[in-house]
Amino acid sequence: MDFLVIQFLNGLASASALFLVACGLSIIFGVMRIVNFAHGSFYMLGAYIAYTLAGPLMDWMPGGFWLALPLAALAVAMIGALVEITLLRRIYRSPELFQLLATFGIVLIVQDLVLILWGPQDRLGPRAPGLEGAVNILGSPFPAYDLLLIGLGPLVLLGLTLLFRRTRWGVRVRAATQDREMVEALGIRQDRLFTAVFILGAFLAGLGGAVQLPRAAVHHAMDLEIIVETFVVVVVGGLGSVAGAYLAAVLLGVLNAFGIVVFPQISLVLAFLVMAVVLVVRPLGLLGRPEAASRSTTGLWDTPIRPMARGRRDIVFVLALVLAVLPVFAGSYLLTVFSEVMIFALFACSLHFLMGVGGMGSFGHAAYFGLGAYGAALAMTQLGLPMEAAAFAGPVLAAAGALVFGWFCVRLTGVYLAMLTLAFAQITWAIAFQWDSVTGGDNGILGVWPSAWATSAAAFYYLTLLVAGGGILLLRQFVFAPFGMGLRACRDSPLRADAIGIDRAAHQRLAFVVAGAFAGIAGSLYAFLKGSVFPDVLAIPLSVDGLVMVLLGGLQTLTGPVVGAAVYKVMRVFLASWTDYWRLIIGIVIIALVVAFPRGIVGYIQQRIAPLLDRPEGDQPKAGPP
Amino acid sequence: MKLEVHKLDAFYGRAQILFGVTLKVAAGEALALLGRNGAGKSTMLRAILGLVAARRGRVVLDGRDISGMATGRIVRRGLGWVPEDRRIFTDLSVEENLEIGRQPPRAGVPHWTVERLFSLFPNLAEVRRRPAGQISGGEQQMLTISRTLMGNPCVIMLDEPSEGLAPLIVERMAVAVTEMKREGLGVLLAEQNLTFSRAVSDRATIIEKGRIRFEGTLECLLADEAVARAYLAV
Repeated sequence: MDFLVIQFLNGLASASALFLVACGLSIIFGVMRIVNFAHGSFYMLGAYIAYTLAGPLMDWMPGGFWLALPLAALAVAMIGALVEITLLRRIYRSPELFQLLATFGIVLIVQDLVLILWGPQDRLGPRAPGLEGAVNILGSPFPAYDLLLIGLGPLVLLGLTLLFRRTRWGVRVRAATQDREMVEALGIRQDRLFTAVFILGAFLAGLGGAVQLPRAAVHHAMDLEIIVETFVVVVVGGLGSVAGAYLAAVLLGVLNAFGIVVFPQISLVLAFLVMAVVLVVRPLGLLGRPEAASRSTTGLWDTPIRPMARGRRDIVFVLALVLAVLPVFAGSYLLTVFSEVMIFALFACSLHFLMGVGGMGSFGHAAYFGLGAYGAALAMTQLGLPMEAAAFAGPVLAAAGALVFGWFCVRLTGVYLAMLTLAFAQITWAIAFQWDSVTGGDNGILGVWPSAWATSAAAFYYLTLLVAGGGILLLRQFVFAPFGMGLRACRDSPLRADAIGIDRAAHQRLAFVVAGAFAGIAGSLYAFLKGSVFPDVLAIPLSVDGLVMVLLGGLQTLTGPVVGAAVYKVMRVFLASWTDYWRLIIGIVIIALVVAFPRGIVGYIQQRIAPLLDRPEGDQPKAGPP
Repeated sequence: MKLEVHKLDAFYGRAQILFGVTLKVAAGEALALLGRNGAGKSTMLRAILGLVAARRGRVVLDGRDISGMATGRIVRRGLGWVPEDRRIFTDLSVEENLEIGRQPPRAGVPHWTVERLFSLFPNLAEVRRRPAGQISGGEQQMLTISRTLMGNPCVIMLDEPSEGLAPLIVERMAVAVTEMKREGLGVLLAEQNLTFSRAVSDRATIIEKGRIRFEGTLECLLADEAVARAYLAV
């Protein structure tokens, strides 16, 4: 009995910090419609800054420690202000996914800055003065500081509730959460409101990180760790709902505290199972409300996807020729790099099929890539199949995964759908990570080598060129087939698609399976290219890589993902060989690209440069929009 | 002139919706912008307010050029807009909705307070603390007009304020519009309801497929059955 109570209190204590971070994210999303990936970075910065401040402040005055925590949160709030004013303000009018991409650029930059400023080793903060010891609860010791944390959550909840109910500013935030265009049409300074909301969110995240200082070591992977949990909390609680965030944080905190004791093997999976169950039963989260329909007229889809013009087909043909004769000139290192680029081009195209063509954002596309890789690797090592046969097992496993995940996902839309895909990807990752006996866990599966005829770099390069190139062309065919047309109809207008009898759910489920299968092909090629498979192929960074490639290239073109994958992958390979701080540079490049090309690289070429080339062919509209 | 619109073009994506629309509204005058569904009435109001980003042409409010300005600035310069679908904040109470609309008093422009608006629309006073999502459709229409008036506009644009309301409430709306005119506001009224327009407006402009088809007094319009039938009859 006393054991249960202690575990329950443990759960509540960890729920508090999670709630601080999650409610900030939720408030920011509610008002600004930005899924702020950098929220985990704010949390991490809060912890590191508190660590740096605590020492000197404790020497300087007796209560210095207690000053360090709010000061760290304030410092993070100022960093948030800087980010909002210098970056986000420039891209308010960009599509939401580009804002997401920009915040991911910040994640990368902060990761390297933390390494530069604080180094790679874990940092242990001081214990909280006066609360070092344990309190006796039902005969068991319980850390005194954790009791303070348990109180902090409800206190912040109360403070925020008063802020939103009783102040003029809070009323504005609530109004903007419901309909921000109308708030602007009533003359409220939207830019100031957004900045203030972002500062508040950053402050809460910074505080969440700072209060962790006496409990746990500060380390440089805190950001992605917390952001995943935070997404789960926000989605389970309902986007934009502060009370929902608290409820969900407590639910997950407590569940996790018991889960670790009862089923240690599936503790990682537990949070995501809860999320999947909640979203299937209550698609808007526990306390979520339906989003106001987007009223923006600057939609992404004003240029429909068209088959490639003849002139540009020639360019592709020439490019294919160059790729075909490349092994004559290039050494094996370069060929391996090119093979990898083509594999990721196929991966990006499969994600684009889901996002750009199907209109379903996926934050967890690595799931299918990884299933493809593990499928091929397991077929080879466990079943003893040769490469030619094992390579088919990958896409089959990936498509099966996509069938199951897609069945749940297509019941949702928008950000909720994207978050659920992330949850499924994390479940898959956790299974691969924890099921040692089959997947080898963290040690991965080794010895996944191609058959003898394909072992040379040039042979494997040709194999990749054939399979990945063929896959990309085949995916293009899907887009213009009746199935692809129906899918695009569902994306553009679900109501009209319904009205003409298109089975939306069936189309979208099939889109998941198709995208999953092609990502699986890419994954199994990748396994043979590397000769091994590790849980990384299922992890969030790979999903994000896919997103970056698709968005960099441009969502509304079919060439975009290929260009995006090539640019991103080449940049990464080049930078990684040149500097340890490639994340910093890629982060800056991503942000610069988002600000300069809000429609992606190919989108930009289509909109600004292609019209100049096409003009001689005539039939331009007489007066286009200004 | 309080509001002058000169050769306004507007686009949704690549589709042009408005073609060189020109109109003027004087102080204390109501101009009815008439036309069928899809004629471009709402787009006209949205383009004037800067909510349609792709637009061309000149808009002058109270002697100052506001073309190309961001919506928020235009509103703070004194242009009020009452959207067709009301768009009240359903989670907020009636009083909080009014609070959102509040702007500082402006020189030479009538100043509206919560109490004054409650005397114009007594029904609202009775539901002041209720969440706005739980009041009747007529009360919501009164609330959305009051919320815009809290910004002390010098010109107010009303998008089909009589739509879907009981006759008694429509009469209440007519009284309110008359009161605004008496206070010297310029009123631009997008409407399909001829009876309501006739009760409150001085002049009328007919818009069809994004172009002006008729301009004149309402008497002229009603006398000329051919015009009314060609552009307004359903």
